[in-house]
Amino acid sequence: MHRPHYYDEHDLGRFGEVGENAPELSKKFFEWYGAVFADGALSAREKSLIALAVAHAVQCPYCIDAYSKDALEKGSDLDQMTEAVHVAAAIRGGASLVHGVQMRNKANGISM
Amino acid sequence: MSSPKSLPTLRARGAPLASPDAQRALLRSLPIAREFEDALGGPLRATRIDVMQINVGKLCNQTCRHCHVDAGPDRREVMSRETMQLCLDALARTDIPTVDITGGAPELTPHFRWLVEQVRALGRHVIDRCNLTILETPTHRDLPEFFAENRVEVVCSLPHYARLSTDRQRGDGVHERSIRALRRLNEVGYGDGRSGLRLVLVTNPVGAFLPGAQASLETEWKREMKQRHGVSFDALYTITNMPISRYLEWLESSGNLQRYLDALVAAFNPAAARGVMCRSTISIGWDGTLYDCDFNQMLEMPVHASAPRHVRDFDRGLLEARTIELDRHCFGCTAGAGSSCGGATT
Repeated sequence: MHRPHYYDEHDLGRFGEVGENAPELSKKFFEWYGAVFADGALSAREKSLIALAVAHAVQCPYCIDAYSKDALEKGSDLDQMTEAVHVAAAIRGGASLVHGVQMRNKANGISM
Repeated sequence: MSSPKSLPTLRARGAPLASPDAQRALLRSLPIAREFEDALGGPLRATRIDVMQINVGKLCNQTCRHCHVDAGPDRREVMSRETMQLCLDALARTDIPTVDITGGAPELTPHFRWLVEQVRALGRHVIDRCNLTILETPTHRDLPEFFAENRVEVVCSLPHYARLSTDRQRGDGVHERSIRALRRLNEVGYGDGRSGLRLVLVTNPVGAFLPGAQASLETEWKREMKQRHGVSFDALYTITNMPISRYLEWLESSGNLQRYLDALVAAFNPAAARGVMCRSTISIGWDGTLYDCDFNQMLEMPVHASAPRHVRDFDRGLLEARTIELDRHCFGCTAGAGSSCGGATT
């Protein structure tokens, strides 16, 4: 089947199909997934913002679509959502930069 | 997301969707999975009348982008004192406990205060649906004291506790003025949890999505409104935007209409349907016409022909036995946790 691109927004609505060949595993995943996002020590809105940030860190377009909408529905506004994306970006950037220490260790170890 | 800019009313612009028939035709032109009556599995009947909702007119000092009334400064439809008297006469013949006054900005209607005082003289509870900024206008700055003296429950629109979303929906500067108005309501005792002066905030989505869980949002809003603005309130209602009037126009122009209607249909909740407000409310228009709800009123769908259609002929028995008039917009009240003038219905 020819598909013009890797990502199709309509595929998000077909998420449940991933369980067709492993229904028991799928059932466990979706039950756990639902429980994760319920109000708890963190509010559902805070969890949704974390999910939005992680979606950007893992660069999942389905997750970005889903949690942009979900964050708005849960009561976040665009200022809060933008700050969440900056948190993801900061951690990604920081993760690269902190490896610079490893680089320095290695470089110093093999340099005169 | 488009820029935060309020447009004149549909009526002032001569927009095609100013016509209720055009609004219903547009909704009916879209493919959907099933009709509302099919989702319900039968007709919807009234149960009783607990609330007399009086829409005293379409005049408003704001032109919010989602307004289902198409209210604004150019609208001249306001209830006359004679029609208000007919409402009071009907009220006096019954023991309907609550009168819910809405608009437009109801406070701009010339005989608004007289109506409130007369309803209170009949011993009934009064709700005023307030846009908050009206309290900041020079001619209405004493409204907090008036509300408190008459023990009016104030139900206020505020899309978000942060400025951005509020101003996008309701106009630049509305958030700041709304917060000032809320502080003044707090100063006269509203929202302190002890005075009995009930202050309710209403949030509705600023876009093409459904509202979040009411209880969860209320907890967060109470914390944020106190910390950010020093404002207290009693309850938060979440209300789904109804795909009619100016919100319908925005849905269509932004390419969100089909997706939003599909979302409402997919989220149909039988439990929410059982609790819809039309079953226990009668809605009265500025000219005295009777409707099942404020949305049907704006679509000019009066109550079923088996019931009286004008407040002068008010007959509680016939009205409580009526069948509710339905169309596709009704999916807006039955999606998810449900939506009504009192917030979620489940």
